[in-house]
Amino acid sequence: MSTAVDKSKVPWWVSNLIVPLVNLTLALLVSALFIFIAGENPYQAIKLIIYGSFGYLEGFAYTLYYTTNFIFTGLAFAVAFHCRLFNIGGEGQAYIGGLGVFLVAINVSFLPVPIIWLLSIAGAFIFGAAWAFIPAYLQAKRGSHVVITTIMFNFIASSLMVYLLVDVIRDMKQMGPHTVALPKEMWLPSFKDFAALFGIKIRYSPLNLSFLLAIVASFFVWFLVWKTKWGYEMRAVGHNTQAAIYAGISPYKNIIIAMLISGGLAGLLSINEILGVHHKIVSGFPAGYGFTGIAVALMGRNHPIGIFPAAFLFGILYQGGSEVTFDMPNITRYMFVAVQGVIILFSGALENLFRPQIESFFVNRLNKEVEA
Amino acid sequence: MVSPILELKDINKSFGHVQANKDINLIVNQGTIHGIIGENGAGKSTLMSIVYGLYQADSGIISVNGKEIKLKSPRDSIENGIGMVHQHFMLVENFTVLENIVLGFEGEIIFGKNLEKAKTDLKNLCDTYNLNVDLDSIISDLSVGFRQRVEILKSLYRGAEVFILDEPTGVLTPQEVDELFKILRSLKEEGKTIVLITHKLNEIMDLTSAVSVMRQGKIVGHTATESTDREKLAEMMVGRSVLLRINKSKVEKGDVVFKVENLTVKDDLSVIRVKDVNLEIHAGEILGLAGVTGNGQTELLEALSGIREVESGEIYLNGEKISDSSGLLNPRELKDKGLAHVPEDRQRMGLVTDFKAYENLIFGYHDQEPYSKSSIMKDNQILDYSKKVMEEYDVRPRSPHLITSNFSGGNQQKLILSRELNENPKVLLVGQPTRGVDIGAIEFIHQRLIDMRDKGAAILLVSVELEEVLSLSDRIVVMFDGNIVGERVNKDVTDRELGLLMAGVA
Repeated sequence: MSTAVDKSKVPWWVSNLIVPLVNLTLALLVSALFIFIAGENPYQAIKLIIYGSFGYLEGFAYTLYYTTNFIFTGLAFAVAFHCRLFNIGGEGQAYIGGLGVFLVAINVSFLPVPIIWLLSIAGAFIFGAAWAFIPAYLQAKRGSHVVITTIMFNFIASSLMVYLLVDVIRDMKQMGPHTVALPKEMWLPSFKDFAALFGIKIRYSPLNLSFLLAIVASFFVWFLVWKTKWGYEMRAVGHNTQAAIYAGISPYKNIIIAMLISGGLAGLLSINEILGVHHKIVSGFPAGYGFTGIAVALMGRNHPIGIFPAAFLFGILYQGGSEVTFDMPNITRYMFVAVQGVIILFSGALENLFRPQIESFFVNRLNKEVEA
Repeated sequence: MVSPILELKDINKSFGHVQANKDINLIVNQGTIHGIIGENGAGKSTLMSIVYGLYQADSGIISVNGKEIKLKSPRDSIENGIGMVHQHFMLVENFTVLENIVLGFEGEIIFGKNLEKAKTDLKNLCDTYNLNVDLDSIISDLSVGFRQRVEILKSLYRGAEVFILDEPTGVLTPQEVDELFKILRSLKEEGKTIVLITHKLNEIMDLTSAVSVMRQGKIVGHTATESTDREKLAEMMVGRSVLLRINKSKVEKGDVVFKVENLTVKDDLSVIRVKDVNLEIHAGEILGLAGVTGNGQTELLEALSGIREVESGEIYLNGEKISDSSGLLNPRELKDKGLAHVPEDRQRMGLVTDFKAYENLIFGYHDQEPYSKSSIMKDNQILDYSKKVMEEYDVRPRSPHLITSNFSGGNQQKLILSRELNENPKVLLVGQPTRGVDIGAIEFIHQRLIDMRDKGAAILLVSVELEEVLSLSDRIVVMFDGNIVGERVNKDVTDRELGLLMAGVA
């Protein structure tokens, strides 16, 4: 029988730093084994990952660009999760959010640029939120589980967008499923432009001003969840719906609010992708970031302070991983999907594999120190 | 000649660094009823779980009949003649009594001869000990009292010599308790040994010949029952002297503050659980609602507090109708009108156990000043307030940042009580205020309720503890099968009379 540890005596840094680090190390060890079996040198691979993601300025910028996307989708999942809603529809909400960005930007092009940006952000948020509303309503009123409905809504969003991109909003001058480009003055300033201000010339990278928006969004989520009445009520509903009803807190209202904010945050991903990178709606632009965001949120323990490093880690894996697949012929892109999977497995599903041992080890040690 | 049948020597058990049992030494003599008494969390249940093989002790020796034994699982202890009747019965609801008893001991793949033999054996056992159980009835058709007998029969059939009963009377009516005690006495007469775990002093005095008192994981004393009394035992349990009787001053009762007319309520399965109930509560009065668990009290309380929909009927607070055709006002509006509710199940309803203590101290009042302003939570004000009330209600430990599930039952209850009483409600609905709460805290909670009454609140007290209803209430009504079956003024009623009403026979 495993020994139960008195949770109140576990120092915060053991459960929030040591345990995730141990899980991550284990995941990387298993990944190294994969790479070894594939016939490459794991040590070289890790060197390549680190070089690819930190070794040169453009590489690092790529890492931060990926990080930006993961912060948005990670935060989106986390907000819903505090109300115990498993919103796995971030992918679809981000996709529809892109429609919002584009439609707003193209229709208000007569306004000053900073205002267009703000309105586009609102457009992304509202469209993403709207796409989350139907599953939210069905969950709140009818009890249809959001896991089922949001995943179905991903497919619906995908089909809808393909239809729109092929038949309705396609740039008719060509055959590809994408829209016309937004005018250049609307593009968010990229890292390259920013560096040029200081006289540093670098090559292209997709990193842009959205990174700051992601930081602002992180702060917003922290404030919302822990410092406002709405966050308090959402968490109460999430932890104990019965108690919430007893206290006069409406689960219905809070499920809707949590899902709307979650969907809105997912929608913000399209600010990075559309205003920052593609400058038009491209078919399939959310590219799985919505799903990876789930892992980011779980690994970051649904707290913005945890989500940032988790998003950064996945940014490193994405960017460093592409470097590895470029240099090592035996390692394919899918290999890195597997690596991500292993990380999710260890830090999500097997999260409690070593937690009791590690926690009791530290608790016992600290007790001894106190006695000594 | 008495001989020890069960002997524990220097038993230690800790969970993490929390020591649940420390150097326990205990001798239980054959053919006796041995009581183990202690507050909640004193380590009684842990100790007995060790004896039953559910937990393994960290150190120490367990002997049965002078022979040291190793207990790795309940099967080991069954083989050594130790049986346990749990607080929550371990029965398969849709199996018959017979199927439940042979479960795990069927003996062969295809039922046949063995089952017939088991049936005869069990019939004999039933006759010997007057258990009176029909072996072919389905468990879900049996009352709680009978289910308990099935558990006893199960242990008997498996050859138990020592019976451990964990809080056996918690769920029984007074009549069922009497029946149980008869069975226990006849077991004793046949030479069986009984270990009775309880926190009720009366049971110890009625039934046992020896008693061991536990406090904070340690045994603080063994004594023969005849050489002690309730006060002495209570003092040993708590570690200080305890007031067992409540000082209740006479209060002139005021006008009717809370009135319920023809209330009918359905449960989640649309079964009518409250039938046409009428109640009136005056200012400065505690109305006790007695009844065996599951006779509609829960649904009544939920309906009155705005949690459950009202099927029909009216509810008035200070003459103002608070229910209409569309049901009742919601709990939040009722709080504003001066109705507070201490729910029956504190962990399922009264608290968000994953919240920090200070978050729970304002739960339901979180959207009013000074705790929040323009939807922003005012953590500093909440913390100041929390420190103050935790001091006032003696909540231990006094750490507002501690997660609520880390507080003991009694302290959790104090958190709720302080929250609900703080607004000086006109009407207070209280469900099972001391369920799973230790004696020291019970005294405190009772005193607070009396104080509220003296200040002029109208209080509805719902409790399955008859003793509690009797000691606190000014007036008592009894609920059976959704109906109010009797009303008595407290001073002219006996618990026997109430017991009959609770059982629905009067």
